[in-house]
Amino acid sequence: MDILYFAWVRERIGLPREVIETDAATVNDLVAQLRTREERYAAAFEDISALRVALDQELSDFDAPLAGVREVAFFPPMTGG
Amino acid sequence: MRVSVQEKPFDLGAESTIFAAGHRDIGAIVTFTGIVRDLPDDPMEAMEIEHYPSMTQKAIEAMAQDAIARFSLGDALIIHRHGRLVPGEMIMMVATAARHRKDAFEAATFLMDYLKSRAPFWKREISASGASWVAATDEDEAALKRW
Repeated sequence: MDILYFAWVRERIGLPREVIETDAATVNDLVAQLRTREERYAAAFEDISALRVALDQELSDFDAPLAGVREVAFFPPMTGG
Repeated sequence: MRVSVQEKPFDLGAESTIFAAGHRDIGAIVTFTGIVRDLPDDPMEAMEIEHYPSMTQKAIEAMAQDAIARFSLGDALIIHRHGRLVPGEMIMMVATAARHRKDAFEAATFLMDYLKSRAPFWKREISASGASWVAATDEDEAALKRW
């Protein structure tokens, strides 16, 4: 699964994207898996209320299922306009 | 409808003129332009705008289609830049065309509220004292509730 990071999430984790082997059923499960990897992941995912997630380029929720999803993106609340 | 996500500057006058031309059933056009504003106590060297390329265009197109349906627009234009900008530069513009001004104004506000909180851009301000990500505000999120 392709995992993308933007803005300060990208900076904290130290890379813009990576491919991860996962059998996580939901976004929350994936976050739990990522948190256990290294301290920088634990720091980035410390407070998921400060994060947003998109599944295959559509905004979604942390309890959404990952079945059939190819790309997951994590980022802070958007600041366009 | 046209949506352009681009790094290069745009010509506000030319874009507005092209957008306004050739309608016989449009009575009102509203344009909004967003400018990089300097920081009051900490002069900004640049604003860097990051985005999510494969999501940005389609997210904005969905907003524009929503606005067209909701406010019966004849047309809508959204241009949003990314990359490195300096204070005074134009970041983005929205133009809406409707039969009457109320719909044109409301559609422009609707689009701005959505672009602010739902288009995948992230702004970073760079000044002599360092760089910091612009935080989304509760006010911006609350603005969506009126729609």
